[in-house]
Amino acid sequence: MNGLWTALMGLGDQLAAHVLLSAAAIALGIAVALPMAVWASRSDKVARASLAFASLVQTIPSLALLALFFPILLSLRSVFGEGLPTLGFLPALLALSLYALLPILRNAVTAQANLDPGVLEAAEGVGMSFRQRLLLVEAPLAAPYIMAGIRTAAVWTIGAATLATTIGQKSLGDPIFAGLQTQNWVLVLAGCIASAGLALVADTLLGLIERGFRERRRWSWLGGLAAVALGVGAALFAQFGGGEDEDRVVIGAKGFSEQYILARLIGQRLEGQGFAVEYRDGLGSAVAHSAAASGEVDIYVDYTGTIWANQMKREDNLPRDEMYEAIEEWENENTGLVMLGRLGFENAYGLAVTQERANMTGLQSIEDLASVAPQLTIGGDPEFFERPEWIAVRDAYGLRFGEKRNFSPTFMYNALKSGEAQVIGAYTSDGRIEADNLAILADPKGAFPNYDAVILLSPETGRNEAVVEALQPLVGAIDVAAMREANYSVDREENKLSFDEAARRLAERAGL
Amino acid sequence: MSSTALAFQQLTKSYGASDAVRGVSLEIPAGQFVALVGASGSGKSTLLKTVNRLVEPTEGRVTFEGEDVADLPLAALRRRIGYVFQSIGLFPHMTVAENIAIGPRLAGEKLGEGRTAELLELVELDRAMAGRMPDALSGGQRQRVGVARALAAEPHLLLMDEPFGALDPVTRDALGERVRGLHEEFGLTTVMVTHDMAEALLLADRVLVMDAGCIVADEKPEALVAGAGGEVAQALVAVPRHQAERLKELGQ
Repeated sequence: MNGLWTALMGLGDQLAAHVLLSAAAIALGIAVALPMAVWASRSDKVARASLAFASLVQTIPSLALLALFFPILLSLRSVFGEGLPTLGFLPALLALSLYALLPILRNAVTAQANLDPGVLEAAEGVGMSFRQRLLLVEAPLAAPYIMAGIRTAAVWTIGAATLATTIGQKSLGDPIFAGLQTQNWVLVLAGCIASAGLALVADTLLGLIERGFRERRRWSWLGGLAAVALGVGAALFAQFGGGEDEDRVVIGAKGFSEQYILARLIGQRLEGQGFAVEYRDGLGSAVAHSAAASGEVDIYVDYTGTIWANQMKREDNLPRDEMYEAIEEWENENTGLVMLGRLGFENAYGLAVTQERANMTGLQSIEDLASVAPQLTIGGDPEFFERPEWIAVRDAYGLRFGEKRNFSPTFMYNALKSGEAQVIGAYTSDGRIEADNLAILADPKGAFPNYDAVILLSPETGRNEAVVEALQPLVGAIDVAAMREANYSVDREENKLSFDEAARRLAERAGL
Repeated sequence: MSSTALAFQQLTKSYGASDAVRGVSLEIPAGQFVALVGASGSGKSTLLKTVNRLVEPTEGRVTFEGEDVADLPLAALRRRIGYVFQSIGLFPHMTVAENIAIGPRLAGEKLGEGRTAELLELVELDRAMAGRMPDALSGGQRQRVGVARALAAEPHLLLMDEPFGALDPVTRDALGERVRGLHEEFGLTTVMVTHDMAEALLLADRVLVMDAGCIVADEKPEALVAGAGGEVAQALVAVPRHQAERLKELGQ
């Protein structure tokens, strides 16, 4: 319980960001939905078309909708210029407000349609203009219904805003995703409690405003409105009151433990040198690379093989040093990203089985696997089966598995233990390989490329000598044993360390 | 001195292929109380609504105190004409006083407390009603407020579209008498649409009978009772006459 309390108390920053994101999305949703509703009340066609559009948006899973805004904004850069943010607040805001549209629009349109025709005739009969009818009659009569729609939208938006974490926007989803990643249920619970609590508070306050409108009690809706304004104001102050946020170094991390730890390792080093840092956790692999290229993320750790296959679309394989140089040259020409250097360990993909199965069936290499694969289930992280490296390995060895299943990385190891999968696409620096007593199958054809962990700097950060100097000692400092231990310290079931703590111990062990 | 308050010239209103009103020409002198009677769908409401342009005629024109209503700004025209209708149409989110004051308010004027009280008294309501919400009133009280609202801007012309249709007979009778009294008191020109011939005969100076978009009879009440006006009109007069005879028989 103590841990939960500590976790909750540590969420102030995320809470403020969550409040601002949700409030902005709802405000934008209202700003779009209300004029649309007025237009819809004057035209049946518009009413049908706008409601159909809003309903269609609802059918897109919120996670996908959030992710879709990355390529959309990327392509819009040709119109709005390179300064257009493609990650973080803007895409989250757009996706969430699109989501908030439906309940507001539907309630507003329904309220308009259900207004007493006698009252509308009277409004005309006493000589009201279009504007007067809207402001003096339609708006006040529809207000309680519209407010009910806004309430629904608020609860949805606050819930869905937790997903903004995946596109690099700070929110109460941060502890949820980080916790899911490491099976740290206290962290997951803290995130859920905070976002549910926020939704309840918002619902109560907006309910107060709704009742005030319905029962025409001025103090009730004014009070509710004041409380909402106060909450948003406090969040604004918490986020921007400190100022100096331009100089912050933004460190990106993909959605797995090693990335979280390395981001903190880099962050702690920079903080030690007096930099202010900020983390963008849980980014997708492709998103992280583009985010660094566009300068939204200043620093992140990637793996040579990932860039080789995903960004460069190379299907061949080169020896380690040649590959490194080829990537460095390619980044220099195409994205301007600067490779600071290798951290010193490799986190390759490797096909893993339990040691027990390896011993029993004499499995040693991927070649041995080919003949028994049709009877086996292979598990991989959600990216794995789409990645060109997997396709290369599959084709090189002619692998045909009985079944393919996707798991989040944490659950993938559990699936191997519980027998839901017999082979998994594991990560070689993962602490659970030793802890779970797994065997990585040899790759005699060299189909998997090399996966040296490298520090990448955005073009601008690459020119920042102070940052480069501060991070230089990390190059070559982390060996695979140290990384496995650090990973295991946050992934294990008992006595988990926080990412910050794991990063501190890793720094100590590496003598930094 | 009876100048013409309202004139219709060759007025036609078509909805697609069907005509609701067909070539009606008519003059109403100032100060007259006219009842427009007919079955549902005879075009009487449509004709009435062309006056304050809730309905725009397809052909012909309406003049109000010598001016073509089509040339007058819509809002200004409507504020010059009192309008009372069957569904009453009080604004449910405004108090009785606010409802009564809406016309002047739209014109940028304020209606004083004294004037509100005066209007309430004119329709025989307690001045304490001013602060109530419409849903706290009975149907009859609401329509009284409706009449007070119509009179607030001191119009010369009062249009009433089935004004007492939704009221119980006792209220209906009392309110009818009151409206007739107000008509006299303020020298109004009043046009009332009704399907109830008895009401028309008892309240109006002149009864117009409409059938299929045309005016088929234009008589004083006495003449109608004496048998004038033709077949359609007499069929409508026969109803209350028959009822009166039955009542007389019952009493004997």
